[in-house]
Amino acid sequence: MRINTLFYCIWQGIRNIFKNKWFTLASVATISACLFLFGLFYSILTNFQHMVRNAEQGLCVSALLDAGMSDERVAEIRGMIVLRTEVSQVEYVSAEETWMQFAEENNFGDISIFTENPLEDCAHFDIYLNDVSMQSTLVSYLESIEGVRKVNQSFLTAQALTGVNAIIGYVSIGIIVILFLVSIFLISNTVSIGISVRKEEIQIMKYIGATDFFTRAPFVIEGMVIGVIGSFIPLIGVYFIYNEAMMYVVKRFPSLSQLLAFLPVETVFTNLVPVCIGLGVGIGFIGSFTTVRKHLSV
Amino acid sequence: MKTTGTRRRAGSVISDMAIVMEHVSKSYTQGVPALNDVTLHINKGEFVFIVGDSGSGKSTLIKLLLRELLPTSGRVIVNGTDVIRLRRRQIPKFRRSLGVVFQDFRLLKDRNVYENVAFAQRIIQKPNREIRKNVPSILSTVGLAGKYKARPKQLSGGEQQRVALARALVNKPQILLADEPTGNLDPKNSWDIMNLLEKINNNGTTVLVVTHNREIVNAMQKRVITMKKGIIVSDEEKGGYIDED
Ligand SMILES: Nc1ncnc2c1ncn2[C@@H]1O[C@H](COP(=O)(O)OP(=O)(O)O)[C@@H](O)[C@H]1O
Ligand SMILES: [Mg+2]
Repeated sequence: MRINTLFYCIWQGIRNIFKNKWFTLASVATISACLFLFGLFYSILTNFQHMVRNAEQGLCVSALLDAGMSDERVAEIRGMIVLRTEVSQVEYVSAEETWMQFAEENNFGDISIFTENPLEDCAHFDIYLNDVSMQSTLVSYLESIEGVRKVNQSFLTAQALTGVNAIIGYVSIGIIVILFLVSIFLISNTVSIGISVRKEEIQIMKYIGATDFFTRAPFVIEGMVIGVIGSFIPLIGVYFIYNEAMMYVVKRFPSLSQLLAFLPVETVFTNLVPVCIGLGVGIGFIGSFTTVRKHLSV
Repeated sequence: MKTTGTRRRAGSVISDMAIVMEHVSKSYTQGVPALNDVTLHINKGEFVFIVGDSGSGKSTLIKLLLRELLPTSGRVIVNGTDVIRLRRRQIPKFRRSLGVVFQDFRLLKDRNVYENVAFAQRIIQKPNREIRKNVPSILSTVGLAGKYKARPKQLSGGEQQRVALARALVNKPQILLADEPTGNLDPKNSWDIMNLLEKINNNGTTVLVVTHNREIVNAMQKRVITMKKGIIVSDEEKGGYIDED
């Protein structure tokens, strides 16, 4: 193809965008609406997953050890636990440290009045998991170790978190399918608005002997440019809404700030921007390509 | 001389002819065929009128020649190309050897006269340098040199048809097909267009004109093919418009 012809097709495509103002507006609005919903949903979803992961990581199992255990035995048990694949981190907390922490958390003030450690038998391991669903397996393993007196599970049950994760998975699949269907429906409607105008033009081109490629190129370029515009608008919208919503929640529910650890907007957007633009261009391409194809058989 | 149905000019070979149709039928749906066993030979350089009532199959014939439609049966050969055997991707190139104009002009409304004509050249990927030479030249041939900036809306019917004609001719087709080109025009403009078509024919282009214009057909003394209900009922050299009954 001549470079001349390529420029002509691109120029015609861009010209079409301004020529058919209403069509452009309707298409941009449709794509924007769909991608806006997608963007919002994606932001909520990733934050939710992030929070669940946070909660999971904070989840730990405590294995209390028999009083007066030798340092060698402690090291030995530690070695056994570390080897487990579901374990991400193991911390040994001696009886003295446990007592000091406890006193501090409960504002005991000066603890030198205690002549002996009331929590002498509370030396323990804090064990963090990388997969909460394995918690019960780990607990029974720990209970089987000689020298482990008692195992305390976290107050947030592992089952609850695993459940939340599964629900998020199902809901996301459901919402993505619905959004996909809705956007296809809306876009095919929008595209058919513009058909009558184009039908005649395509027919004329075909009568003169234009190839399918030449006929299609301006329309496809138009569709892709509309797709790009239609993805920038919702991205900008989601960006502002995201920041506003984050500030609102933090102000309104300060007590939850620990649980509601929001992802910074930049992190969310590293993935959202390319995905959104890709979807917009893809929708624009497919929409215009298939619409023109219907009219190519002249 | 007056014959009906088949006629082949003495000394012509099929591959030398502009248009060959042999036993061509076309049915749109079950029922009466739009064309019924039509056989027709047109030599290179001929000027031919096709006349007939509305619904007699004239436009269907043109569409078969353009390979917009395929015949239900029979052979169609245009410029030596067997139209039925054309692959889909060969159609554009085939059509570039034909020029076509319609009753309703079919101009691109959002582009000026120059761009409408240049469009045909862009499709065949002519370099800009040649387009800038060819378009003004053909526009002056059809008498529109001064109006190249006008939009179709700003032109009279006659002028619009001349733009369409310029577009059909700018790529120098071997055959020009015109389906009721003067159907929307007053007598003066109709004559102008017909005179242009004759001039084009004199330069060697085969011209096939579908028309209802009795006065012009009778005056021009060209070959006239008359159709009725999908059949060629008469084919006359230096013929006239045949009245019903
Ligand atoms: N696309 C179509 N579908 C079905 N029937 C058609 C179609 N086009 C034309 N016809 C029928 O074929 C016959 C011939 O039509 P046409 O070739 O347009 O005639 P003319 O151009 O001589 O007026 C008519 O009876 C018409 O109703
Ligand atoms: Mg007709």
